[in-house]
Amino acid sequence: MSELSVNHLLGIKYLKKEDIDLIFKTADHFKEVINRPIKKVPSLRDITIANLFFENSTRTRLSFELAEKRLSADVINFSAASSSVKKGETLIDTVNNILAMKVDMVVMRHPNPGAGIFLSKHVDASIINAGDGTHEHPTQALLDSYSIREKLGEVANKKILIVGDIMHSRVALSNIFALKLQGAEVKVCGPKTLIPKYIESLGVSVETNLRKALEWCDVANMLRVQNERMEMSYFPTTREYTQQFGLNKEILDSLNKEIIVMHPGPINRGVEITSDVADSKQAIILEQVQNGVAVRMAVIYLLASKINR
Amino acid sequence: MSQKVLLNSKEINIILRRLACQLVENHPNFKNTVIIGIQPRGVFLANRIIQLLEEEYSINNVEYGQLDITFYRDDFRRSDKLLEANKTKIDFIVEDKQVIFVDDVLYTGRSIRAALTAIQSFGRPNVIELLTLIDRRFSRHLPIQPDYNGRQVDAINDEQVKVHWKEVQGEDAVYLLPTSETKQQKTDSK
Repeated sequence: MSELSVNHLLGIKYLKKEDIDLIFKTADHFKEVINRPIKKVPSLRDITIANLFFENSTRTRLSFELAEKRLSADVINFSAASSSVKKGETLIDTVNNILAMKVDMVVMRHPNPGAGIFLSKHVDASIINAGDGTHEHPTQALLDSYSIREKLGEVANKKILIVGDIMHSRVALSNIFALKLQGAEVKVCGPKTLIPKYIESLGVSVETNLRKALEWCDVANMLRVQNERMEMSYFPTTREYTQQFGLNKEILDSLNKEIIVMHPGPINRGVEITSDVADSKQAIILEQVQNGVAVRMAVIYLLASKINR
Repeated sequence: MSQKVLLNSKEINIILRRLACQLVENHPNFKNTVIIGIQPRGVFLANRIIQLLEEEYSINNVEYGQLDITFYRDDFRRSDKLLEANKTKIDFIVEDKQVIFVDDVLYTGRSIRAALTAIQSFGRPNVIELLTLIDRRFSRHLPIQPDYNGRQVDAINDEQVKVHWKEVQGEDAVYLLPTSETKQQKTDSK
Protein backbone atom coordinates (compact mmCIF):
# COMPACT_ATOMS: atom_id res chain seq x y z
CA MET A 1 0.00 0.00 0.00
CA SER A 2 1.51 3.27 -1.02
CA GLU A 3 -1.01 5.78 0.23
CA LEU A 4 -3.47 6.24 3.07
CA SER A 5 -6.99 4.87 2.60
CA VAL A 6 -8.47 8.00 4.21
CA ASN A 7 -8.45 11.73 3.41
CA HIS A 8 -8.80 12.80 7.04
CA LEU A 9 -7.46 11.44 10.30
CA LEU A 10 -10.63 11.49 12.39
CA GLY A 11 -9.99 8.42 14.51
CA ILE A 12 -8.12 5.14 14.57
CA LYS A 13 -11.47 3.41 14.01
CA TYR A 14 -11.42 4.53 10.37
CA LEU A 15 -7.90 3.28 9.64
CA LYS A 16 -6.69 -0.04 8.27
CA LYS A 17 -3.69 -1.95 9.53
CA GLU A 18 -1.85 -0.99 6.32
CA ASP A 19 -2.44 2.70 7.04
CA ILE A 20 -0.73 2.35 10.42
CA ASP A 21 2.18 0.48 8.84
CA LEU A 22 2.59 3.22 6.23
CA ILE A 23 2.45 5.96 8.87
CA PHE A 24 5.13 4.19 10.96
CA LYS A 25 7.37 3.56 7.97
CA THR A 26 7.14 7.23 7.03
CA ALA A 27 7.67 8.29 10.65
CA ASP A 28 10.95 6.33 10.71
CA HIS A 29 12.28 8.64 8.00
CA PHE A 30 11.08 11.75 9.80
CA LYS A 31 12.62 10.57 13.05
CA GLU A 32 15.95 10.58 11.23
CA VAL A 33 15.19 14.07 9.86
CA ILE A 34 14.44 15.56 13.30
CA ASN A 35 17.75 14.27 14.63
CA ARG A 36 19.75 16.06 11.93
CA PRO A 37 21.71 19.24 12.56
CA ILE A 38 19.11 21.04 10.41
CA LYS A 39 15.78 19.46 11.24
CA LYS A 40 13.67 20.66 8.38
CA VAL A 41 12.53 19.46 4.96
CA PRO A 42 10.83 21.58 2.29
CA SER A 43 8.06 19.12 1.29
CA LEU A 44 5.03 21.17 2.37
CA ARG A 45 6.17 24.61 1.20
CA ASP A 46 2.86 25.25 -0.55
CA ILE A 47 0.55 23.96 2.20
CA THR A 48 -1.10 26.07 4.89
CA ILE A 49 -2.32 24.44 8.07
CA ALA A 50 -4.65 25.89 10.70
CA ASN A 51 -4.37 24.61 14.25
CA LEU A 52 -7.77 25.11 15.85
CA PHE A 53 -7.77 24.46 19.55
CA PHE A 54 -11.18 24.82 21.13
CA GLU A 55 -9.83 23.13 24.25
CA ASN A 56 -6.59 23.69 26.17
CA SER A 57 -3.49 21.85 25.11
CA THR A 58 0.22 22.44 25.42
CA ARG A 59 2.01 19.31 24.34
CA THR A 60 -0.23 18.32 21.44
CA ARG A 61 -0.42 21.84 20.04
CA LEU A 62 3.34 22.37 20.26
CA SER A 63 3.98 18.94 18.79
CA PHE A 64 1.67 19.57 15.84
CA GLU A 65 3.06 23.05 15.28
CA LEU A 66 6.61 21.77 15.34
CA ALA A 67 5.75 18.90 12.98
CA GLU A 68 4.15 21.36 10.55
CA LYS A 69 7.11 23.73 10.70
CA ARG A 70 9.62 20.92 10.26
CA LEU A 71 7.79 20.11 7.01
CA SER A 72 7.95 23.79 5.97
CA ALA A 73 4.17 24.29 6.00
CA ASP A 74 2.73 27.71 6.80
CA VAL A 75 0.98 27.60 10.14
CA ILE A 76 -1.78 29.65 11.73
CA ASN A 77 -2.90 29.13 15.29
CA PHE A 78 -6.26 29.69 16.80
CA SER A 79 -7.44 29.16 20.31
CA ALA A 80 -11.05 29.45 21.34
CA ALA A 81 -10.26 31.53 24.40
CA SER A 82 -9.33 34.56 22.29
CA SER A 83 -11.75 34.23 19.38
CA SER A 84 -15.19 35.00 17.98
CA VAL A 85 -16.41 31.69 19.35
CA LYS A 86 -16.99 33.69 22.51
CA LYS A 87 -19.26 35.98 20.43
CA GLY A 88 -21.47 33.07 19.38
CA GLU A 89 -20.05 32.03 16.02
CA THR A 90 -20.83 28.44 14.98
CA LEU A 91 -18.09 25.87 14.37
CA ILE A 92 -18.75 25.64 10.62
CA ASP A 93 -18.74 29.43 10.26
CA THR A 94 -15.50 29.73 12.20
CA VAL A 95 -13.80 27.08 10.11
CA ASN A 96 -15.17 28.34 6.78
CA ASN A 97 -13.91 31.82 7.59
CA ILE A 98 -10.47 30.39 8.20
CA LEU A 99 -10.62 28.27 5.05
CA ALA A 100 -11.59 31.35 3.02
CA MET A 101 -8.06 32.51 3.71
CA LYS A 102 -6.86 29.52 1.63
CA VAL A 103 -6.02 26.96 4.27
CA ASP A 104 -5.45 23.38 3.09
CA MET A 105 -5.53 21.42 6.31
CA VAL A 106 -7.12 21.77 9.73
CA VAL A 107 -5.81 20.27 12.96
CA MET A 108 -8.60 20.50 15.50
CA ARG A 109 -9.09 19.80 19.16
CA HIS A 110 -12.64 20.20 20.38
CA PRO A 111 -14.47 19.33 23.62
CA ASN A 112 -17.36 17.65 21.74
CA PRO A 113 -17.02 14.02 20.61
CA GLY A 114 -17.43 13.77 16.84
CA ALA A 115 -16.59 17.42 16.13
CA GLY A 116 -13.94 16.43 13.58
CA ILE A 117 -16.26 14.00 11.79
CA PHE A 118 -18.98 16.64 11.64
CA LEU A 119 -16.55 19.19 10.22
CA SER A 120 -15.16 16.79 7.61
CA LYS A 121 -18.66 16.45 6.15
CA HIS A 122 -19.22 20.19 5.84
CA VAL A 123 -15.96 21.83 4.89
CA ASP A 124 -13.48 21.34 2.11
CA ALA A 125 -10.18 20.68 3.86
CA SER A 126 -8.24 17.76 5.22
CA ILE A 127 -9.05 17.37 8.93
CA ILE A 128 -6.80 15.92 11.61
CA ASN A 129 -8.47 15.18 14.92
CA ALA A 130 -6.20 16.30 17.76
CA GLY A 131 -8.67 15.10 20.37
CA ASP A 132 -12.46 15.35 20.32
CA GLY A 133 -13.89 15.25 23.83
CA THR A 134 -13.98 11.75 25.28
CA HIS A 135 -13.98 10.15 21.81
CA GLU A 136 -10.62 9.76 20.07
CA HIS A 137 -7.09 11.15 20.04
CA PRO A 138 -5.64 9.26 17.08
CA THR A 139 -2.16 10.80 16.87
CA GLN A 140 -1.55 10.04 20.56
CA ALA A 141 -2.45 6.38 20.00
CA LEU A 142 -0.22 6.25 16.94
CA LEU A 143 2.75 7.69 18.78
CA ASP A 144 2.13 5.31 21.70
CA SER A 145 2.15 2.30 19.37
CA TYR A 146 5.14 3.70 17.52
CA SER A 147 7.02 3.99 20.82
CA ILE A 148 6.11 0.41 21.76
CA ARG A 149 7.22 -0.80 18.33
CA GLU A 150 10.50 1.09 18.72
CA LYS A 151 11.13 -0.40 22.15
CA LEU A 152 9.89 -3.98 21.63
CA GLY A 153 10.32 -4.43 17.88
CA GLU A 154 6.65 -4.95 17.18
CA VAL A 155 3.23 -4.38 18.67
CA ALA A 156 1.62 -7.65 17.60
CA ASN A 157 1.14 -10.18 20.43
CA LYS A 158 2.47 -7.78 23.06
CA LYS A 159 0.53 -7.41 26.30
CA ILE A 160 -0.49 -3.82 26.85
CA LEU A 161 -2.11 -2.57 30.04
CA ILE A 162 -3.99 0.72 30.18
CA VAL A 163 -4.50 2.00 33.72
CA GLY A 164 -6.79 4.73 34.99
CA ASP A 165 -9.81 6.64 33.83
CA ILE A 166 -10.85 4.55 30.84
CA MET A 167 -14.32 6.05 30.68
CA HIS A 168 -13.34 9.66 29.99
CA SER A 169 -10.14 8.96 28.13
CA ARG A 170 -9.92 9.48 24.38
CA VAL A 171 -6.33 8.28 24.66
CA ALA A 172 -7.58 4.95 26.00
CA LEU A 173 -10.18 4.48 23.27
CA SER A 174 -7.83 5.35 20.42
CA ASN A 175 -5.14 3.17 21.96
CA ILE A 176 -7.50 0.21 22.24
CA PHE A 177 -8.48 0.55 18.56
CA ALA A 178 -4.86 0.94 17.45
CA LEU A 179 -3.46 -1.87 19.58
CA LYS A 180 -6.20 -4.35 18.64
CA LEU A 181 -5.76 -3.49 14.95
CA GLN A 182 -2.09 -4.35 15.25
CA GLY A 183 -2.77 -7.62 17.01
CA ALA A 184 -1.80 -6.75 20.58
CA GLU A 185 -3.53 -8.03 23.71
CA VAL A 186 -5.10 -5.25 25.72
CA LYS A 187 -6.18 -5.14 29.35
CA VAL A 188 -7.62 -2.17 31.18
CA CYS A 189 -7.35 -1.51 34.89
CA GLY A 190 -8.98 1.12 37.08
CA PRO A 191 -11.80 1.79 39.52
CA LYS A 192 -14.98 0.01 38.39
CA THR A 193 -16.74 3.36 38.22
CA LEU A 194 -14.30 4.54 35.55
CA ILE A 195 -14.46 1.46 33.33
CA PRO A 196 -17.28 1.54 30.78
CA LYS A 197 -19.81 -1.27 31.13
CA TYR A 198 -19.42 -2.63 27.61
CA ILE A 199 -15.66 -2.26 27.31
CA GLU A 200 -15.24 -6.02 26.78
CA SER A 201 -17.10 -5.71 23.47
CA LEU A 202 -13.97 -3.99 22.15
CA GLY A 203 -12.02 -7.19 22.78
CA VAL A 204 -10.20 -6.04 25.91
CA SER A 205 -10.15 -7.67 29.31
CA VAL A 206 -10.67 -5.96 32.64
CA GLU A 207 -8.65 -6.30 35.85
CA THR A 208 -9.29 -4.28 38.98
CA ASN A 209 -6.19 -5.40 40.86
CA LEU A 210 -3.23 -3.32 39.71
CA ARG A 211 -0.56 -5.76 40.88
CA LYS A 212 -2.12 -8.68 39.02
CA ALA A 213 -2.49 -6.55 35.92
CA LEU A 214 1.14 -5.42 36.09
CA GLU A 215 2.35 -9.02 36.49
CA TRP A 216 0.59 -9.79 33.20
CA CYS A 217 1.73 -6.92 31.00
CA ASP A 218 4.77 -5.98 28.88
CA VAL A 219 3.83 -2.32 28.80
CA ALA A 220 1.81 -0.23 31.24
CA ASN A 221 0.25 2.97 29.93
CA MET A 222 -0.67 5.08 32.95
CA LEU A 223 -3.42 7.56 32.13
CA ARG A 224 -3.91 10.88 33.81
CA VAL A 225 -6.77 11.30 36.25
CA GLN A 226 -8.91 13.82 34.38
CA ASN A 227 -10.53 15.81 37.11
CA GLU A 228 -11.88 18.33 34.60
CA ARG A 229 -14.06 15.72 32.90
CA MET A 230 -15.56 14.28 36.06
CA GLU A 231 -18.80 16.03 36.86
CA MET A 232 -19.31 13.75 39.86
CA SER A 233 -17.17 11.68 42.19
CA TYR A 234 -16.03 8.39 40.71
CA PHE A 235 -13.70 7.51 43.56
CA PRO A 236 -13.67 8.63 47.21
CA THR A 237 -10.40 10.57 47.32
CA THR A 238 -7.31 11.09 45.18
CA ARG A 239 -5.30 9.48 47.95
CA GLU A 240 -7.35 6.33 47.80
CA TYR A 241 -6.99 6.25 44.01
CA THR A 242 -3.22 6.53 44.36
CA GLN A 243 -3.09 3.73 46.91
CA GLN A 244 -5.01 1.36 44.66
CA PHE A 245 -4.06 2.38 41.13
CA GLY A 246 -0.96 4.54 41.45
CA LEU A 247 2.30 3.11 40.11
CA ASN A 248 5.26 3.42 42.49
CA LYS A 249 8.82 2.13 42.48
CA GLU A 250 8.05 -0.47 45.11
CA ILE A 251 5.49 -2.32 42.97
CA LEU A 252 7.57 -1.85 39.84
CA ASP A 253 10.70 -3.37 41.42
CA SER A 254 8.76 -6.26 42.96
CA LEU A 255 7.60 -7.53 39.53
CA ASN A 256 9.45 -10.52 38.13
CA LYS A 257 10.13 -8.75 34.83
CA GLU A 258 11.05 -5.27 33.64
CA ILE A 259 8.01 -3.63 32.10
CA ILE A 260 7.87 -0.44 30.06
CA VAL A 261 6.02 2.49 31.60
CA MET A 262 4.23 5.02 29.43
CA HIS A 263 2.23 8.15 30.16
CA PRO A 264 0.52 10.45 27.66
CA GLY A 265 1.11 13.51 29.86
CA PRO A 266 0.59 15.83 31.54
CA ILE A 267 1.66 13.84 34.60
CA ASN A 268 0.05 14.33 37.97
CA ARG A 269 3.19 13.41 39.85
CA GLY A 270 2.35 11.42 42.94
CA VAL A 271 -1.20 10.58 41.77
CA GLU A 272 -1.21 8.00 38.94
CA ILE A 273 2.57 7.67 38.91
CA THR A 274 5.28 8.63 41.40
CA SER A 275 8.22 10.84 40.48
CA ASP A 276 10.83 8.11 40.83
CA VAL A 277 8.90 5.90 38.37
CA ALA A 278 8.30 8.77 35.92
CA ASP A 279 12.02 9.56 35.92
CA SER A 280 13.23 5.95 35.89
CA LYS A 281 14.77 4.34 32.84
CA GLN A 282 11.79 2.05 32.43
CA ALA A 283 9.65 5.10 31.64
CA ILE A 284 9.66 6.17 28.00
CA ILE A 285 7.55 9.28 28.54
CA LEU A 286 10.00 11.67 26.89
CA GLU A 287 10.62 9.26 23.99
CA GLN A 288 6.86 9.34 23.44
CA VAL A 289 7.04 13.12 23.14
CA GLN A 290 9.90 12.96 20.66
CA ASN A 291 8.18 10.28 18.61
CA GLY A 292 5.05 12.42 18.64
CA VAL A 293 6.67 14.97 16.35
CA ALA A 294 7.88 12.30 13.90
CA VAL A 295 4.51 10.51 13.83
CA ARG A 296 2.60 13.77 13.34
CA MET A 297 4.98 14.74 10.52
CA ALA A 298 4.20 11.41 8.87
CA VAL A 299 0.43 11.86 9.23
CA ILE A 300 0.53 15.41 7.87
CA TYR A 301 2.86 14.45 5.01
CA LEU A 302 0.71 11.50 3.96
CA LEU A 303 -2.57 13.44 4.14
CA ALA A 304 -1.07 16.47 2.38
CA SER A 305 0.05 14.30 -0.51
CA LYS A 306 -3.64 13.59 -1.18
CA ILE A 307 -4.77 17.23 -1.33
CA ASN A 308 -5.94 18.43 -4.79
CA ARG A 309 -4.14 15.82 -6.76
CA MET B 1 12.21 -8.16 -25.48
CA SER B 2 13.29 -5.42 -27.80
CA GLN B 3 15.67 -3.80 -25.38
CA LYS B 4 19.07 -2.65 -26.48
CA VAL B 5 22.19 -3.35 -24.44
CA LEU B 6 24.03 -0.11 -23.87
CA LEU B 7 26.75 -1.55 -21.65
CA ASN B 8 27.61 -5.13 -20.81
CA SER B 9 29.28 -6.39 -17.68
CA LYS B 10 32.81 -6.11 -19.08
CA GLU B 11 32.27 -2.53 -20.22
CA ILE B 12 30.77 -1.56 -16.87
CA ASN B 13 33.78 -3.07 -15.12
CA ILE B 14 36.17 -0.99 -17.23
CA ILE B 15 34.14 2.17 -16.67
CA LEU B 16 33.95 1.67 -12.90
CA ARG B 17 37.73 1.26 -12.74
CA ARG B 18 38.21 4.43 -14.76
CA LEU B 19 35.81 6.36 -12.52
CA ALA B 20 37.61 5.16 -9.38
CA CYS B 21 40.91 6.14 -10.96
CA GLN B 22 39.63 9.62 -11.82
CA LEU B 23 38.40 10.07 -8.25
CA VAL B 24 41.79 9.16 -6.83
CA GLU B 25 43.44 11.58 -9.24
CA ASN B 26 41.47 14.48 -7.75
CA HIS B 27 41.27 13.18 -4.17
CA PRO B 28 44.62 11.47 -3.54
CA ASN B 29 43.99 10.33 0.03
CA PHE B 30 40.25 10.94 0.63
CA LYS B 31 41.17 12.60 3.94
CA ASN B 32 38.62 15.36 3.58
CA THR B 33 36.40 13.73 0.97
CA VAL B 34 33.09 12.00 1.54
CA ILE B 35 31.04 9.89 -0.85
CA ILE B 36 27.26 10.28 -0.82
CA GLY B 37 25.15 7.70 -2.66
CA ILE B 38 21.82 9.11 -3.80
CA GLN B 39 18.93 6.83 -2.75
CA PRO B 40 17.69 4.51 -4.00
CA ARG B 41 19.78 3.52 -7.01
CA GLY B 42 22.92 5.56 -6.59
CA VAL B 43 23.76 3.48 -3.54
CA PHE B 44 24.67 0.40 -5.59
CA LEU B 45 27.09 2.40 -7.72
CA ALA B 46 28.57 4.07 -4.64
CA ASN B 47 29.15 0.67 -2.98
CA ARG B 48 31.04 -0.53 -6.07
CA ILE B 49 33.20 2.58 -6.25
CA ILE B 50 34.10 2.27 -2.57
CA GLN B 51 34.94 -1.41 -3.04
CA LEU B 52 37.26 -0.51 -5.94
CA LEU B 53 38.94 2.25 -3.93
CA GLU B 54 39.73 -0.33 -1.25
CA GLU B 55 40.86 -3.09 -3.58
CA GLU B 56 42.81 -1.09 -6.16
CA TYR B 57 44.14 1.83 -4.19
CA SER B 58 44.05 0.55 -0.58
CA ILE B 59 41.96 3.55 0.38
CA ASN B 60 40.01 2.26 3.38
CA ASN B 61 37.52 3.94 5.67
CA VAL B 62 36.19 6.41 3.16
CA GLU B 63 33.42 8.36 4.85
CA TYR B 64 30.28 7.20 3.12
CA GLY B 65 26.65 8.27 3.43
CA GLN B 66 23.35 7.55 1.78
CA LEU B 67 21.09 10.48 1.04
CA ASP B 68 17.38 10.22 0.37
CA ILE B 69 15.94 13.16 -1.54
CA THR B 70 12.21 12.35 -1.35
CA PHE B 71 11.25 15.20 0.96
CA TYR B 72 13.22 17.69 -1.15
CA ARG B 73 11.70 16.81 -4.52
CA ASP B 74 9.86 19.47 -6.48
CA ASP B 75 7.00 17.20 -7.58
CA PHE B 76 5.29 16.56 -4.22
CA ARG B 77 1.50 16.53 -4.88
CA ARG B 78 2.21 16.73 -8.63
CA SER B 79 2.75 13.06 -9.35
CA ASP B 80 -0.04 10.48 -9.20
CA LYS B 81 1.71 8.34 -6.66
CA LEU B 82 2.79 9.01 -3.14
CA LEU B 83 6.51 9.74 -3.04
CA GLU B 84 7.88 7.01 -0.84
CA ALA B 85 11.04 7.71 1.07
CA ASN B 86 14.18 5.63 1.51
CA LYS B 87 16.66 5.64 4.33
CA THR B 88 19.07 8.50 4.81
CA LYS B 89 22.20 7.46 6.63
CA ILE B 90 24.79 10.17 7.12
CA ASP B 91 26.57 9.89 10.46
CA PHE B 92 28.90 12.82 9.93
CA ILE B 93 28.80 16.53 9.23
CA VAL B 94 29.76 17.61 5.71
CA GLU B 95 30.89 21.07 6.83
CA ASP B 96 33.99 22.08 4.81
CA LYS B 97 34.22 18.60 3.27
CA GLN B 98 34.60 17.69 -0.37
CA VAL B 99 31.41 15.85 -1.22
CA ILE B 100 31.02 13.48 -4.14
CA PHE B 101 27.41 12.70 -5.12
CA VAL B 102 27.03 9.30 -6.77
CA ASP B 103 23.96 8.41 -8.87
CA ASP B 104 23.42 5.86 -11.62
CA VAL B 105 21.60 7.89 -14.29
CA LEU B 106 21.66 11.66 -14.74
CA TYR B 107 18.48 12.55 -16.59
CA THR B 108 16.56 15.81 -15.96
CA GLY B 109 18.90 16.92 -13.18
CA ARG B 110 16.00 17.39 -10.78
CA SER B 111 17.14 14.65 -8.40
CA ILE B 112 20.53 16.28 -8.12
CA ARG B 113 18.88 19.66 -7.58
CA ALA B 114 16.98 18.08 -4.67
CA ALA B 115 20.16 16.44 -3.37
CA LEU B 116 21.96 19.79 -3.41
CA THR B 117 19.24 21.18 -1.12
CA ALA B 118 19.08 18.07 1.04
CA ILE B 119 22.80 17.95 1.77
CA GLN B 120 22.62 21.43 3.29
CA SER B 121 20.91 19.87 6.30
CA PHE B 122 24.23 18.24 7.13
CA GLY B 123 26.41 21.35 6.90
CA ARG B 124 28.05 23.52 4.26
CA PRO B 125 30.35 21.48 2.05
CA ASN B 126 33.46 23.00 0.58
CA VAL B 127 32.92 21.46 -2.84
CA ILE B 128 30.25 19.17 -4.29
CA GLU B 129 31.06 16.99 -7.29
CA LEU B 130 28.85 14.60 -9.22
CA LEU B 131 29.70 11.12 -10.43
CA THR B 132 27.27 9.25 -12.71
CA LEU B 133 27.37 6.04 -14.68
CA ILE B 134 25.06 7.23 -17.46
CA ASP B 135 24.56 10.81 -18.62
CA ARG B 136 21.45 11.36 -20.76
CA ARG B 137 22.89 14.62 -21.98
CA PHE B 138 20.01 15.89 -24.14
CA SER B 139 17.31 15.48 -21.50
CA ARG B 140 18.35 18.07 -18.94
CA HIS B 141 15.83 20.47 -17.37
CA LEU B 142 18.38 22.22 -15.18
CA PRO B 143 21.97 23.41 -15.64
CA ILE B 144 23.62 20.42 -13.94
CA GLN B 145 26.51 18.39 -15.41
CA PRO B 146 28.53 15.46 -14.05
CA ASP B 147 32.19 15.84 -13.07
CA TYR B 148 32.89 12.14 -13.54
CA ASN B 149 30.87 10.27 -16.11
CA GLY B 150 30.70 6.69 -17.31
CA ARG B 151 28.96 6.94 -20.65
CA GLN B 152 26.94 9.59 -22.45
CA VAL B 153 23.69 8.33 -23.92
CA ASP B 154 21.60 10.17 -26.47
CA ALA B 155 18.27 8.56 -25.57
CA ILE B 156 15.08 10.33 -26.54
CA ASN B 157 12.75 11.37 -23.76
CA ASP B 158 10.27 8.50 -23.81
CA GLU B 159 12.95 5.87 -23.76
CA GLN B 160 14.13 4.48 -20.47
CA VAL B 161 17.63 3.69 -19.36
CA LYS B 162 17.78 0.81 -16.91
CA VAL B 163 20.83 -0.09 -14.89
CA HIS B 164 21.10 -3.66 -13.60
CA TRP B 165 23.48 -4.59 -10.78
CA LYS B 166 24.84 -8.02 -9.94
CA GLU B 167 23.71 -7.56 -6.32
CA VAL B 168 20.10 -6.94 -7.31
CA GLN B 169 19.25 -8.33 -10.74
CA GLY B 170 22.09 -10.85 -10.93
CA GLU B 171 24.01 -9.15 -13.75
CA ASP B 172 25.84 -5.93 -14.48
CA ALA B 173 24.29 -4.31 -17.54
CA VAL B 174 22.70 -1.13 -18.84
CA TYR B 175 19.68 -1.40 -21.12
CA LEU B 176 17.81 1.05 -23.29
CA LEU B 177 14.07 0.33 -23.32
CA PRO B 178 11.90 1.67 -26.13
CA THR B 179 8.82 3.82 -25.49
CA SER B 180 6.13 1.13 -25.43
CA GLU B 181 7.82 -0.90 -22.73
CA THR B 182 8.62 2.14 -20.68
CA LYS B 183 4.94 2.67 -20.04
CA GLN B 184 4.49 -0.84 -18.68
CA GLN B 185 7.50 -0.54 -16.44
CA LYS B 186 6.72 2.91 -15.18
CA THR B 187 7.32 1.78 -11.62
CA ASP B 188 11.06 1.72 -12.30
CA SER B 189 11.00 5.23 -13.68
CA LYS B 190 14.31 6.87 -14.32
